[in-house]
Amino acid sequence: MTELTDLGVAAIRDGVAAGTFSAVEVAEAFNANVAAAQGALNAFIVATPEKAIEAAKAIDAARASGAALGPMAGVPIGMKDLFATQGVQTTAASHMLEGFVPQYESTVSAKLWEAGAGMLGKLNLDQFAMGSSNESSYFGNVISPWQRPGSNAQLTPGGSSGGSSAAIAARLCPAATGTDTGGSIRQPAAYTGTTGIKPTYGRCSRWGVVAFASSLDQAGAMARDVTDCAIVLEAMAGFDPKDSTSLDVAVPAWTASLSADLKGKKVGIPREYRVDGMPAEIDAIWEQGIAWARDAGAEVVEVSLPHTKYALATYYIIAPAEASSNLARYDGVRYGLRDLPDGAGLQDMYAATRAAGFGPEVKRRILIGTYVLSAGFYDAYYTQAQKVRALISQDFAKAFEQVDVLLTPTAPSAAFALGENVDDPLAMYLNDVFTVPASLAGLPAMSVPAGLDAQGLPLGLQIIGRPLDEQGVLNAGLAIEARAGFTARPGKWW
Amino acid sequence: MTESTYRIQGATGDWEVVIGLEVHAQVTSNSKLFSGSATAFGAEPNTQVSLIDAAMPGMLPVLNGECIRQAVRTGMAIDAQINKWSRFDRKNYFYADLPQGYQISQLYHPIVGEGSLTIEADEKAGIPEAKVIGVERIHVEQDAGKLMHDQHPTMSYVDLNRSGVALMEIVSRPDMTSPAEAGAYLSKLRTILRYVGSCDGNMDQGSMRADVNVSVRRPGDELGTRTETKNVNSVRFVMQAIEHEANRQVDVIEGGGKIVQETRLFDPNTGSTRSMRSKEDAHDYRYFPDPDLLPLVLEDAFLEDCRASLPELPDAKRARYEGELGLSAYNAAVLTADVDTFQWFEALLAETALAQGKQPAEVAKQAANWLISELFGALNKLGKSLEDSPVSHEHAAELLALVGKGTISGSIAKQVLEIMLETGDGATVIVEREGLKQESDTGAIEAKVDEILAANGDKVAQYREGKVALFGFFVGQTMKAMQGKANPQVVNEILKSKLG
Amino acid sequence: MSVDTATVAKIASLARIKVSEQELEAMVPELNGILAWVEQLGEVDTSGVEPMTAVIPNTLRLRDDVIDADPLTGGNRRDAVLANAPAAEHGFFGVPKVIE
Repeated sequence: MTELTDLGVAAIRDGVAAGTFSAVEVAEAFNANVAAAQGALNAFIVATPEKAIEAAKAIDAARASGAALGPMAGVPIGMKDLFATQGVQTTAASHMLEGFVPQYESTVSAKLWEAGAGMLGKLNLDQFAMGSSNESSYFGNVISPWQRPGSNAQLTPGGSSGGSSAAIAARLCPAATGTDTGGSIRQPAAYTGTTGIKPTYGRCSRWGVVAFASSLDQAGAMARDVTDCAIVLEAMAGFDPKDSTSLDVAVPAWTASLSADLKGKKVGIPREYRVDGMPAEIDAIWEQGIAWARDAGAEVVEVSLPHTKYALATYYIIAPAEASSNLARYDGVRYGLRDLPDGAGLQDMYAATRAAGFGPEVKRRILIGTYVLSAGFYDAYYTQAQKVRALISQDFAKAFEQVDVLLTPTAPSAAFALGENVDDPLAMYLNDVFTVPASLAGLPAMSVPAGLDAQGLPLGLQIIGRPLDEQGVLNAGLAIEARAGFTARPGKWW
Repeated sequence: MTESTYRIQGATGDWEVVIGLEVHAQVTSNSKLFSGSATAFGAEPNTQVSLIDAAMPGMLPVLNGECIRQAVRTGMAIDAQINKWSRFDRKNYFYADLPQGYQISQLYHPIVGEGSLTIEADEKAGIPEAKVIGVERIHVEQDAGKLMHDQHPTMSYVDLNRSGVALMEIVSRPDMTSPAEAGAYLSKLRTILRYVGSCDGNMDQGSMRADVNVSVRRPGDELGTRTETKNVNSVRFVMQAIEHEANRQVDVIEGGGKIVQETRLFDPNTGSTRSMRSKEDAHDYRYFPDPDLLPLVLEDAFLEDCRASLPELPDAKRARYEGELGLSAYNAAVLTADVDTFQWFEALLAETALAQGKQPAEVAKQAANWLISELFGALNKLGKSLEDSPVSHEHAAELLALVGKGTISGSIAKQVLEIMLETGDGATVIVEREGLKQESDTGAIEAKVDEILAANGDKVAQYREGKVALFGFFVGQTMKAMQGKANPQVVNEILKSKLG
Repeated sequence: MSVDTATVAKIASLARIKVSEQELEAMVPELNGILAWVEQLGEVDTSGVEPMTAVIPNTLRLRDDVIDADPLTGGNRRDAVLANAPAAEHGFFGVPKVIE
């Protein structure tokens, strides 16, 4: 018999509903995997096996009583530790929030519990979601379950949703929440051979999600395949009057409308994404993806997104600027860390608390953000960046007059080794080169595993869609998935 | 326009004062600007605080429509431009009363633009003519929390009940040139806000407070460097602060010093201002559009609703009182100066007209005169206001009707009012009970007149010889003999005919 | 535009993050590297372009003026508000004494 932990969201839900196995059995199996891998992978900041069991028991009881089951009934998931969970420590992987126990539940997590999911634990991430390698967590690096053949060098699971991607790849959970500010769902998915979708900005409520950059942050779903992503996203998404940027539109039945047939669809290939020095393997997997798209019946068209090269610099002004302000609330007064040196006044307490509570990357971004907003520089940096952002958005709008979706690589390389880029923030930022433009424009985008590089590490392809056209993105993803036949999984070394 | 002649007489000559006010007015609303917690004054600490007001991680602001409606109505009341597209910015700084580490405000695109209001001429106060004072803008922003310093030896305590309450910041042009003008501006602004209902104007509860910008210059010179005195919370204090600050600045300049642009505090105990050291380090607020909020776009229908809901405003009401009701300029000004006053007056007027079966315009003068010269004076003596007047407008109208119909005289009415204030009884009841009804019976009055004329033969002779001023004497004697209850008109007529 | 030690110190002070001399020295080249790189935005012609105000075209919704309609956004829950406070006393948040 297949291991329960090899099953995905749909299979677990259907198996529980059919009585093939109980929700408690599923929760126990994943709880065991979580516990067994914690020392090696460090994917979770806190495991909550009792929560998973409690939710599973409720589902089993509901089934026994003949009650209707939710779309994720019996499915235990991992919750990125950026989502506030009532009564369960929520840290954003920071020392600042160590021990912080929210008295409220984020809208997205509440919706998932409502759909019948249970919580295996709070997943590790880059501190305040700032990073692309999961090396900025106060609670230690997440280690990818993937290794290069013949090497035990520790690889990055990507970031910032690296706990999520590692846990799914290692079968510690069938699905997880992620958040994506500049690629934090898609890049880790690509690095770990998993699937992740960031919906249109405003689809998922930001209420109760620790903020990094408000105009970019968007929650999304991560799982092993496109169908499971659709199920999870459908449960997470929806209008929330508590979030002013939440979109007041109905959530379509994405799962029910999934189709791998791209006949009559046009797939755009943005020429500016062929960046200098792109590894041949990335180029090759992209060409392969183009061929798959044609095979699925799509017409492939080259398009131009002329301002692409400015996207990263734009992002690295806007995101730190917003972060510098969003993170001002961590001051040691109402919650979280307080560092009060002897004889310190209020302002000294702030400075000491924030020095002790934030990691180096967070401080770096707060300082950049503070600088670009400061008197005399605001227009040159921030206003100019928001103008370029408008141009980037217009580029996409023009492209989408010609095509239905865009197909690009997700990241410029496969996963790199931990420690490789830590000393060079700029090199680290370049990981997001393909994912950041869609974030700036608020567009739905996903990464699907497409193949392995010469070293046996996963590579992903990215599909970007029109605003609110998650269906188009999911369908194109499904078409790629069907043709890629990606079945590789990391050997269990932990 | 005649310029104010207010000058500071320095050792080296005259100085002109230039004043601008930034008034923070708490918007009347049930709940806060961006959260659902209550705004009521005087609650237990931190009970009117939501997760949003405490800036918990992941909390987001959602705008209260009522606060926007009130700001728009206020803008309309000062004939200001209403900006159909506005947005909120973050003003970033660290302080214990500011949980988010930023205040949500409107720097770049305020909801209300240029407007103005008119302050009335007041010779006594040195305002020779009515003057238009420009309002540069009104924007909506969050209030901060409150710090308490005297509860613990080494700690300050933070209460966030006020944190996030909606304020309108109403920024004037530097159009005022004397403490009196600034006082008149603040009073007028308060009146308008209270008419509109967008702010209760309770300055002692902090619902309205002013930041006072003052500079001095030689008449006709360029503007001098200004100082800003923060959070002054009464009209009198604003005038005192200006007076003190202007004189201080003149002293500094004449002493060879320079004015430093700084924030100052007003001390109500000494009437003086002092530099606020804790805020001295240069601020860089790093304003930028709040990414948690979207642009605020006002629909025409919303604006029309706002306009339609505006009451008659003070200037229009005053003009109507003078024109339609025929009141004196002074009475019209007094009666329209405050919401409580005009509401009392209008209720009295309606009751009075009804009681006497006349049009309001026919009894308006009677009602206005009585209210201002009788009731105000009487209440003043008792240390009471209209709000807690023991005399209701129904009873007052009854009293005026008794006078109007000639049942009692004006002087008896004063007596009746005294009793009304003491007992709270109705005028008719009192008049009956005390037997104060006026005597209009010609026979009774004639008999008394005859007695008086007989007893004062010499004065009658003098009168007939041309000393007509004695007529008043005869009236007085008659009234006295009638214990004040004779109808004066009848007395006059009888005296005239008897004296020939 | 590049920053020197004094500028970084000023920025850190504005951001209320205490930094040691050593950290300061290390930050200067890092920040300059990043700033020099983002400076490329200056070459984009943005004349006539409005800065982006809403990622997905949308305007602000107005909330009804109702007190405590939802415990998640309303008040009257002091225990929840103070639950994580490092120094909560008598219903207040305590901070080191402030002299105004």
